[in-house]
This record gives sequence, structure tokens and C-alpha cells, in this order.
Amino acid sequence: MGDCSFGITGKDFVILASDMNAGRGIIKMKSDENKIRALGPHLAMAYGGETGDTEQFTDYVERNMRLYHIRNHNALLPPAASAWIRRQLAQSLRSRKPYAVNLLLGGFDTTTSLPHLYWIDYLGTKADIPYAAHGFGMYVALSTMDKWWFEGMPKEKGVELLRKCINEVQSRIVVQFNFNCILIDADGVHQLDLSASDPIADLSRAPEKAEVEVPNPIIAAPA
Amino acid sequence: MARRYDSRTTIFSPEGRLFQVEYAMEAISHAGTVLAVLSKEGIALAAEKKVTGKLLDLSLAPGGQMGGEGNQAWLGGGGEKIFLLNNNILAGLAGITSDANSLVNFSRNAAQQHLFTYDEDIPVEMLVQRLCDMKQGYTQFGGLRPFGVALLYVGWDSLHGFQLYQSDPSGNYSGWKATCIGANHSSATSLLKQDYKDDLTLEEARSLCLKTMSKTMDSTKLGSEKLEFATMTLDPKTKQPLAKIYRPNELDALLRQLELGGTSDDQVGVGEATGGGGGDEGNVAMST
Repeated sequence: MGDCSFGITGKDFVILASDMNAGRGIIKMKSDENKIRALGPHLAMAYGGETGDTEQFTDYVERNMRLYHIRNHNALLPPAASAWIRRQLAQSLRSRKPYAVNLLLGGFDTTTSLPHLYWIDYLGTKADIPYAAHGFGMYVALSTMDKWWFEGMPKEKGVELLRKCINEVQSRIVVQFNFNCILIDADGVHQLDLSASDPIADLSRAPEKAEVEVPNPIIAAPA
Repeated sequence: MARRYDSRTTIFSPEGRLFQVEYAMEAISHAGTVLAVLSKEGIALAAEKKVTGKLLDLSLAPGGQMGGEGNQAWLGGGGEKIFLLNNNILAGLAGITSDANSLVNFSRNAAQQHLFTYDEDIPVEMLVQRLCDMKQGYTQFGGLRPFGVALLYVGWDSLHGFQLYQSDPSGNYSGWKATCIGANHSSATSLLKQDYKDDLTLEEARSLCLKTMSKTMDSTKLGSEKLEFATMTLDPKTKQPLAKIYRPNELDALLRQLELGGTSDDQVGVGEATGGGGGDEGNVAMST
């Protein structure tokens, strides 16, 4: 439970942020571990939980999403992907050695042009919600999101809210975190640099610098 | 050594043909015509009922409850031709009825399995592919006979909107704007080719579908006792797919409106007393 991740939806986008710590117990072994994975052209997840299980499970999910895409020429839409991932965790829970993985799944539905965010835990709980947190974020930042989140937020406000949450974590939680952040919109999955003063402006100025490696195949939408 | 004979069913002839598959397709070209027309607003599907007769009791048969809209469409088309496979997919079948029933059951199962794992209606082409994978299997493995059924699939999904597909016993499938299977399918398709326009309304698609059907079928006057009819549209409120299988009185009203026949209420059954019905037509095991 040394993790911390956030998800925020807004007008035509969803932001996912995750801490970058890796370690065991009270020992931190790494502070630059990427714990966000792109699963498709408009889908990504931030994950935490038992080390090893997390990598194993996200690899499994990523490759199955890719297989579906190759077989059917269309990637799974976020609602269908969330149902599949939830079922895998629910089935795993009832096996001899369940995956202990919690995740936030963010995606952009290209058929309805709506952003989606799902809170999913290792028990197979799934909630479709506008903003969410896992780990330490749940203790200290949910109230911050309750107060500042509003329907149809622009991207800049989304980043501002994320910064408020991270600030809360850094001032209230003993553990020190670095944060890694992505944004998903109609154009796909982009990296956001939280150390920049205005990451959204940077993104629109130079989108090629914010590219995230997305599993193949990427099939361009028909014009 | 039964195997020697069994394995013959699906091997190539010296000319490179698969006779069993060709015979299956031949069986279908004697079956009742099924015809569908695609438009931007929805799809119209009509099917000719071959098994009719005064003494045939369809009231308890699958589809005997005779249609309806939305969930009521699960009741079927009052015969053996039009079935709802999933909320978003209707099928019209031509061929051996018992084979068709088995395919309907398989595809309903596949659709529910998709709903179970992905919590969404199965995309139309995926269901078509599932079914065709199975049909293809029966042309390749020894000891089995291919399905003697061709299908028209009429459906809607969020990825590609309204879609119309056709599949045959070999497991081939293709997408169409308007097409036809069963008896006289070639003359019907050439009629459709002449009259189809890309910007049809649903109203026009319905009328093109039934008018072509009336030219294709042997009988001069159409009526609900010879025809099943269904449409796939979008519910104007929810924007979700809405299947409608016409009840006999609704279909007759539509046929009268298009001046293609339609038995008026007091005329129901009058024709059956004298000609038609019974006799060799009453054999349920035949191709429909």
C-alpha cells in the first residue's frame, strides 16, 4: 500500500497520475519507476499493488488488448475494456494465487467522444467515476477533489486540481513521492511533464515530444 | 471401415471442387427468398414463408407468438425465417430449418458470451465471423455435413452503425447495401441493383424491400401468411438499436399501403380453404 495514484476526467480528456516509487516495506529502491501503461491508442492504466503481480498483470492486460485489436481491427472501447479487466481480477481472486493489483483505467471513447475513468481494485470492484484515487491519495486527496472538481473542466484546470492533490500528499504523507502523469484525449495518449509551469501549453506546442509508446497496431481513424 | 466413406464428404473432387458444399448451396437456392435493404435510417428485412397450410399449427412453434418491437422481437417472426440473435442483430435464414435452428442457438450463445465478458452488445461483424468460423469448420473436417443454411444479418453497432451481411454454407461472408438469398436470388439482386439509391430513407428501404419481394415471389398478392417482415432502427429517444418484427396485421396494413396486397381482416383464411395448403407443402422438414 505504498502507492498513490490519481485520475481526473474533464471536457474531452482524462488525466492519470501515479507515484514512481518501487520498494519493499519501508525501503525505497527506486524513485523513477513508470507505473502507467498505455493499453491502446486511447486507453491507459495506472497501477499499484504487490510488486511482480503488477508487472505480470499489466503485461497480460496489454497483450490481450493488443490481441483483440489485431483480431478485430478495432481496439476495445473503454467500457468494454474495463469489464474485461474487472472480470480477469474477479476470476483471479477466486484462484489459488490471486493477483493483488489495484488500478485506475482511463480512456477516451472515440465513438461517443466521451472520456472514461474506472476505479478498479484487486477484489474486482469497478466504479465508473469522474475523479478517483488509489492508495495514499484516497486518505488525503479525495476531499480536495470533492471540493475543486467540476463538470466539463478544461485541461488546465485538471492539471491544477492534480497539483492540489499532489501537494496534499506531499504535505500530509511521510513517504516522499515523485509523480508521473499522462493525458488521454481524442488524439491519443500523451505524457505530461508536471515539472513544467504549463504542461498543457507545452503539449499543444510540441505534441511529438509528449508521445507515449502505445502497443501496436495503431490504426489511424478514417478521415 | 466407415471412415473411408465419411471422409469423402469434405474432400476436393479431381476438378478442385467441394461437392458437398455446392450441394448445400443448391439446397438453399430452392429455399424461401430472404431479402434486405440497408439505408442510413435503418434496415428492412423480408422473408418468404414456404411452410404454410391450413392444418399447420404454428401457435406453439418458435416464433408462433408473432413478433413485436424491442424485447418482444425475441418472440420471432411467426414462422421459421426471421430471428433476433441479440438486441442489436436480426437474422433472416434460408435453408434447412433444423440446421438453421442450431445456428440461431449458437449465435445467441456467442452474443451472450460477449455480453458477459465485455458488458456490451457484440459488434455485428464479430458475430458473423463467429458463425462463419463454425460453418467453415464443417467444410473441412471429415464425417460431418456442412450447414445447409445461408443467412442475412441485419444489425447496428457503435463502431460502424447499420450493417447488412450475408453468409453461405462455405463460411464465406460479405457486407452489402441490399442483397437477397434463397429462391430467385439472382433475379432479385439484379432488380435491387437497378432500384437501389445511396440516400434511401427507411420508408423507401421498406418499400423497395417489399416491392422487390413481390416481383420475386411466385404469388401475385403478398400477405402476412406468406411473408415475414422486420426492421432494425434506432430508438429516437435512447439512440439504441431497436428491432421490430412486424405482427401479421401490421404487415398487412403496410402491404395495403404499398398496394402490394395484404389480406384484409375478413379475408383471412378464405383462400386457404380452396387451394394451397396441406399436401406436400406441409412437410416441416423441407427447405424453407
